[in-house]
Amino acid sequence: MELPDPIHQFEIKEIISLNLGSTNISFTNSALFMVLAVLFGCGFLLLASSRRKLVPGRWQSSAELVYEFVANTLRSSAGSEGMRFFPLVFSLFLFILMVNLFGMVPYFFTVTSHLIVTAALSVLVIGLVIVYGLYRNGLGFFSLFVPHGVPGVILPFVVFIEVLSFVSRPISLSIRLFANILAGHITLKVFAGFVVVLGSLGWYGWIAAVLPLILTVALTALEVLVAVLQAYVFAILTSLYLNDAIHPGH
Amino acid sequence: MEGTATAGFIVAQLEATPAAPAAEDATPPADAAHGELAGVVIEEHATEDHGGTFPPFDSTYFASQFLWLAISFVVLYLLMSRVIIPRIGGILEDRRDRIARDLDQAGRLKQQSEEANAAYAKALSDARANAFRIAAEARDKAKAEAAARQAEIEKNLDGKLAAAEERIAEIKAKALADVGAIAADAADAVVERLVGLKASPSELSDAVTAARSGGAGNA
Repeated sequence: MELPDPIHQFEIKEIISLNLGSTNISFTNSALFMVLAVLFGCGFLLLASSRRKLVPGRWQSSAELVYEFVANTLRSSAGSEGMRFFPLVFSLFLFILMVNLFGMVPYFFTVTSHLIVTAALSVLVIGLVIVYGLYRNGLGFFSLFVPHGVPGVILPFVVFIEVLSFVSRPISLSIRLFANILAGHITLKVFAGFVVVLGSLGWYGWIAAVLPLILTVALTALEVLVAVLQAYVFAILTSLYLNDAIHPGH
Repeated sequence: MEGTATAGFIVAQLEATPAAPAAEDATPPADAAHGELAGVVIEEHATEDHGGTFPPFDSTYFASQFLWLAISFVVLYLLMSRVIIPRIGGILEDRRDRIARDLDQAGRLKQQSEEANAAYAKALSDARANAFRIAAEARDKAKAEAAARQAEIEKNLDGKLAAAEERIAEIKAKALADVGAIAADAADAVVERLVGLKASPSELSDAVTAARSGGAGNA
């Protein structure tokens, strides 16, 4: 029996084929899960908060918990002035969280396993940092690259490193999310594939399949953790980068 | 033996499977840099049932993914900033206000109860002081009355004592006066018996008086 192809799960399939000129803008399985994530995330928050109770129930409490969690993350990183970006950070967190968790359901497509998606979100964040940083601080924004108290001799070197680290931010931000999700899903598929293949070999195969089965269960738990953690990492890094735009002087 | 051999075969096959697309991965980033020409090549590959490109690097659906990401994310952002965040933020704000208000009221009530307690304690101590005062007054009054009565009784008794002493003195004086007459009578009888003469009363009384004064002088 052939081992299931671990790459197959990342294939994009057209659901409604659309073309704008020569550009393919079809509604795909990826788009479907983006829309589902938005509907599900917003639906949860809207329904949970619809009764506006003073003493919250279970659902309202969990919605408030998510809200306060993201709000505290942003406030502790970027200060109270950073709270103007709360809708964006909350949207990013919720979107990535929902999309990642949807990806954990078997046969569901994982939107963040495609670099274009994570890159687009990263460029949005870094673009906002640059635009808002320049709008708020003018040329003072570039003091971000000039740390205080560095001797003049090595200053050009330090500035070079600072610029390099700033430029690498959108790359690391997008690759981190993309690679974590991609690698996790491939690993999961491979180990789950072992179970199926070994199970088809008879009783000795069943015994041998126990180990990959345990690993698959453990990896599933780990991947759920990674799905939540990566959403949090993206949100907190966004907060830290926005803090640089608000307070460029170190 | 057979089992381990099979497992070995699977591992070998497994290693081969992800390695195959990984080897082809090297091309797409370069393709993306090259632009349209490379895009056409990739599209040809993509049509062959993913045989060509690793799906995440297949640029065929980059535009579609970007567009639908933009649409869904903008909808999400608008819902967040217009509806969800104001609503949940409002709930939390209301709760904070309510808690602050309740704490405020609790503090006020506590202060009130403390005031009431202090007032009660003061009333209690006042009442106690009052009671002491009244008791002291009553005691003083009773003492004064008793003293007055005692004084009155003493005065009464003194009066009676004085009257009694007066009478005693009177009786004594009378008795003393009678002593002369009795002595004269006795002397008369004695004289008549011894001498057989009848002495005149004036002589008798003179003699008694002389005897008494002599006696008195002797005493």
